[in-house]
Amino acid sequence: MSPAHESTDVLTETSTWTWRLVKERGMGLLFAFTALVSIAAVALICVFLVGGSLPAFSEIGLFAFLTGTDWSPSDVPPTFGILPMIVGSLYITAGAIVVGVPVGLLAAVFLARSCPPRLYRIVKPGVDLLAGIPSVVYGFFGMAAIVPLFDNSMLAASVLLGIMILPTIVALAESALRAVPESYYEGALALGSGHYRAVYSVLLPAARSGVLAAIVLGVGRAIGETMAVIMVAGNQARMPDSIFDGVRTLTANIVLEMGYAADLHRQALIATGVVLLVFILLINLSFSALVRKAR
Amino acid sequence: MNAVTDTAPRATATAPRGMTGPIRQASSAAAPLSPGGGTGESLNARPHGQTREHILRFLTWAGAALAIGALLYIVAFILIRGVPYLKPSLFAWEYTSDNVSLMPALVSTIVLTVLSLVIALPLGVPAAIWLAEYAPRGSRLVSLVRMMSDTLAGIPSIVYGLFGLLFFVGWLGWGFSVLAGAATLAIMILPLTMRSTEEALRAVPDGWREAAFGLGAGRLRTTFRVVLPAAMPGILAGVILAVGRIVGETAALIYTAGTVAQVPGSPMESARTLSVHMYALSSEGLHLGEGYATAVVLLVVVIGINAVSAAIAKRITR
Repeated sequence: MSPAHESTDVLTETSTWTWRLVKERGMGLLFAFTALVSIAAVALICVFLVGGSLPAFSEIGLFAFLTGTDWSPSDVPPTFGILPMIVGSLYITAGAIVVGVPVGLLAAVFLARSCPPRLYRIVKPGVDLLAGIPSVVYGFFGMAAIVPLFDNSMLAASVLLGIMILPTIVALAESALRAVPESYYEGALALGSGHYRAVYSVLLPAARSGVLAAIVLGVGRAIGETMAVIMVAGNQARMPDSIFDGVRTLTANIVLEMGYAADLHRQALIATGVVLLVFILLINLSFSALVRKAR
Repeated sequence: MNAVTDTAPRATATAPRGMTGPIRQASSAAAPLSPGGGTGESLNARPHGQTREHILRFLTWAGAALAIGALLYIVAFILIRGVPYLKPSLFAWEYTSDNVSLMPALVSTIVLTVLSLVIALPLGVPAAIWLAEYAPRGSRLVSLVRMMSDTLAGIPSIVYGLFGLLFFVGWLGWGFSVLAGAATLAIMILPLTMRSTEEALRAVPDGWREAAFGLGAGRLRTTFRVVLPAAMPGILAGVILAVGRIVGETAALIYTAGTVAQVPGSPMESARTLSVHMYALSSEGLHLGEGYATAVVLLVVVIGINAVSAAIAKRITR
């Protein structure tokens, strides 16, 4: 302890030391304990979702549930097949990638390599801010600006989601491009390449892990998106024939029917959530694998 | 020469003009197949390469314009549709089916945000302190915690909503309530709070900790008196970002906090936030104009929140 405490007698000296040790150790344990909360949260989420959906899986049958094309919860007897929703989620996500990724990558290249600094100072924070626009707001925009063009359809949802994932893809792909060593670019120039050729045939391939990670994160956002999709996709629970058909996603299925569902119907909706969760976990796994590879 | 320098502000900085000329010349002359056969005159006119550069430049600028234009268009669209409906009556204290006031939703949003933070911060900040200051290096627990918080960060909000419905609303018997909604959102923002706090703590130079230890301070005192105050702006930026997520959230709240459109009397009552309010208006379909006005308020709040967070974060990095 500090010299000022030298006059205090030995007893209080040791007790303050003990007290201090207890406090240090105790607080350390407390901090460690709070760190366990995230583990507990994941465990609780899994337990409750899987527990709530087990009756549905056993009663309907895993195979029938996943591959059934008919979702008629109010029929007697009801049928629960979520294939139309799985297909709907995958199609809309694929559509969003087709719409969002090329534009997003071009924009990322622009920000990383072609943007005049003065413009960059305005555009970059702007794109970052737009990443925070709530999905309902996107939904309102989609209802009034995209639905009149394409109707309530897979196409409308894909376009809207494609725009929604833009800020994510732009930001991540830009930082992946910036992480490529400058010597790659200089080397390409030295070999006689033009600026854009160097960027697209040297820098972009060199940044591919990071760019791929950006796309995977975009996929994760698109497949988990709920409110904006509900407002523009039409939500018909049947297999779509064309991109102009209305579709229902896994997320939409839960929100639309959870309000009045009971018994097996309710359990089937929770099971829908489990299927969605499994999809997301797979996507996250591939994302972290890509990020690890990019480093 | 032209193809190299005309479009590349970076090229001028990294590769001096004087350098690129001769090198180009050499490489071009060495390649017998290049148009013009490597004579001096043809170097400035390589039509193939020039055209490709022009096309790529056009595509890049067009892609950027499309992306930024689309995002700006959304903001402009919402403002144009919504601003005319921003009337004083929209801010009346009572919600009625004739006057779909957004005031109760605004109040509920603030209450729910504060409550979520009150639950999430005491869990997230100490967890981050443990990860950054206490945890032994290379500990398995650290990687497990980090993996789980990354998993949490990726779970879509509707799954949080389902979990909240099953656990807080059903199993704990809280019913549709502000508390159930806040608890659900607290778990949702936990990984964000942990991550930003941990990064802020790690950004504090080790020399500060060593100096504090050298003066006789314990780890606890060092953390609370030296590291935490220095990391405060970074933590704050993360908290504000979390607030932005809470304010924009809908799917996780519909089946946890419910959709009652009045100011809640207690945390155990149901209430709707601005986002849920907007969704309710859109599915009723009767007051779309007011829905857009709500969107304007929401947009201003969220973008304002994120701007404040970005400004704080920028001040730290300087």
